[in-house]
Amino acid sequence: MSDTHAQTVPFVRDTMLPEAEPPASEMGAVKWIRENLFNGWVSAVLTVLSIAVVAFLVYELFPWFANSVWNANSLTECRQILDGATGACWAVIRVNWLQLIFGFYPPDLYWRPILAFVLLIVAVAPVLFPAAPKNLLYFSAVYPFLAVWLLWGGTIWGVLVAAMGFGVGYLALRLLGSFGTLIQTGGAVIAALVWWILLAAPIIDVLSAALPIGIEAVPSREFGGFMISIIIGVAGIALSLPLGILLALGRQSNMPLIKGVSVVFIEFIRGVPLITLLFTASLLLNYFLPPGTNFDLILRVIIMVTLFATAYMAEVIRGGLAALPRGQYEGADALGLDYWKAQRLIIMPQALKISIPGIVNTFIGLFKDTTLVVFIGLLDPIGRASAIRATSDWQGIYWELFIFIGAVFWVFCFGMSRYSMYLERRLQTDHR
Amino acid sequence: METTNTAVNRSQMTVSDEVAIQITNMNKWYGAFHVLRDIDMTVHRGERIVICGPSGSGKSTLIRCINRLEEHQKGQIIVDGTELSSDLKNIDKVRSEVGMVFQHFNLFPHLTILENCTLAPIWVRKVPKREAEETAMHFLEKVKIPEQAHKYPGQLSGGQQQRVAIARSLCMKPRIMLFDEPTSALDPEMIKEVLDTMIQLAEEGMTMLCVTHEMGFAQAVANRVIFMDQGQIVEQNEPYEFFNNPQSDRTKLFLSQILGH
Repeated sequence: MSDTHAQTVPFVRDTMLPEAEPPASEMGAVKWIRENLFNGWVSAVLTVLSIAVVAFLVYELFPWFANSVWNANSLTECRQILDGATGACWAVIRVNWLQLIFGFYPPDLYWRPILAFVLLIVAVAPVLFPAAPKNLLYFSAVYPFLAVWLLWGGTIWGVLVAAMGFGVGYLALRLLGSFGTLIQTGGAVIAALVWWILLAAPIIDVLSAALPIGIEAVPSREFGGFMISIIIGVAGIALSLPLGILLALGRQSNMPLIKGVSVVFIEFIRGVPLITLLFTASLLLNYFLPPGTNFDLILRVIIMVTLFATAYMAEVIRGGLAALPRGQYEGADALGLDYWKAQRLIIMPQALKISIPGIVNTFIGLFKDTTLVVFIGLLDPIGRASAIRATSDWQGIYWELFIFIGAVFWVFCFGMSRYSMYLERRLQTDHR
Repeated sequence: METTNTAVNRSQMTVSDEVAIQITNMNKWYGAFHVLRDIDMTVHRGERIVICGPSGSGKSTLIRCINRLEEHQKGQIIVDGTELSSDLKNIDKVRSEVGMVFQHFNLFPHLTILENCTLAPIWVRKVPKREAEETAMHFLEKVKIPEQAHKYPGQLSGGQQQRVAIARSLCMKPRIMLFDEPTSALDPEMIKEVLDTMIQLAEEGMTMLCVTHEMGFAQAVANRVIFMDQGQIVEQNEPYEFFNNPQSDRTKLFLSQILGH
């Protein structure tokens, strides 16, 4: 026994083994099919059943799509063409698609929302893709004002004076520089609010009387369709992210007042259904505002949708902040970075990266929630669809309209989802 | 005791009379728990001090108080003539003068090695980007990893990350360096490369406070060893005397435990 032991224990390798290919059954499509589709009899049965279900659905739905009617002016006409066969009547989309997109926006002015949409793509490019020229960011900053002017029209002084409010705030920020951060920030906010609420209206009147430059005004009630979903969705998305960041930081603040306000805000807004906030926006706000103020309904809805998304966003970002190791804060502190620099350069880039799936989830939810505005009388795509179905021509149609609306929403949401995955890959530097 | 009995050039390591850190009667509590008790300590410029002691003795807390990662509740800490109080300006000033190296490196994983090193000089010291990058490359060469400058921290070994962390602190041109158990999270074969870097720094006359269990390093480099237990300084002496002729029973017990095998 001890002899064998002495022979087996000492071992010296004199040649290293070369790398070898795995066996053929462990590679490529064969391996994949065996492991994923026919891995045991339960899996094999489920595979066969799934294929059967898919085949049945295709068999049932195919004729409906294949017999689609595109050219007709009413549902009755569609049915005549189909002559008893099953088939989709996409003609309803063909006839009404402009209304579904623009609502009652004046047709001769369609170029304005179209231009605004094209410019939107230009404006978000530098934010979304690192390859886009960084100078475009200046355009991104101007874009919101340009878009508002293009969409609603009217005198150009309206948006210019509104934009100046930010200038006034910035000026106050600089002038109050020596009074400490709290007074500085508060003073800037108050200065901007005073400008917008008290001074803006008379200044606009004076300026537009002196220099009447403007394009035809389109009132909010003529807005509708996908245009309104995109306006509310984009505004809500663009505003809720920065506000959500501030709120998440507020909730983590050491200052009891800021922390308290943030917590109360988040818990209140999250605890209330969006639809009640929208009704508040459409009905109750009028009671609180001074009589005679014409506070645009779409603007009110944007504010409410933004507040709603902000509360969710803050909680998503708080999760990202909580996931960061304490060492990151200490590393930043030890290098002498102050609070805002540490947040901006160290903490937020990492916390936001961790939160990307949650943030995009909130964005997608917000975008789809814009369809709720139909309940307060805005004619978003759902509202338009109901109106179309109420006409004598199209009474009784519903699948085609809702499939179309669903498909358009799906394209937008799927786009956001893919972008978030691209972003996660691009920002992946931790090599786990 | 396996580490660094390499020949250390002590000729450069002069200690001046100038006071770098003055701690007077400092006390700290975590809630009701009294972590640091009546700490009195003077560090002169150019001194290399090793602080050791059993875990929970308050040694990390002590050096974290020196750049105010922890707040002290009583007493006085003066770093480079600036007293640490709740004044944020003073805290940031002290922090930019005092480099800190952590047990777990605390590199920023979303930035490259070079960006890790240039961030604070650019944003705190307002150094132009190009100049900051030159300085960073200089210190990365000094810690012997210039070729990793464009990688991310996650791609480096622990020892390399810790050397980057040292380079990152040096880029701020600190007058004092604090080391909080810099080798405790490293594999044995990586400890030496980090200690070599620290020895090199000591040879250049840097004022250093190291919390470490590397007694070889203490004997080779330190001009004072401080032993802490239960939040107090129990014994301090120059290294030879400290290791060969410890006075207090606690010190003797501690040394027998860590040097015993």
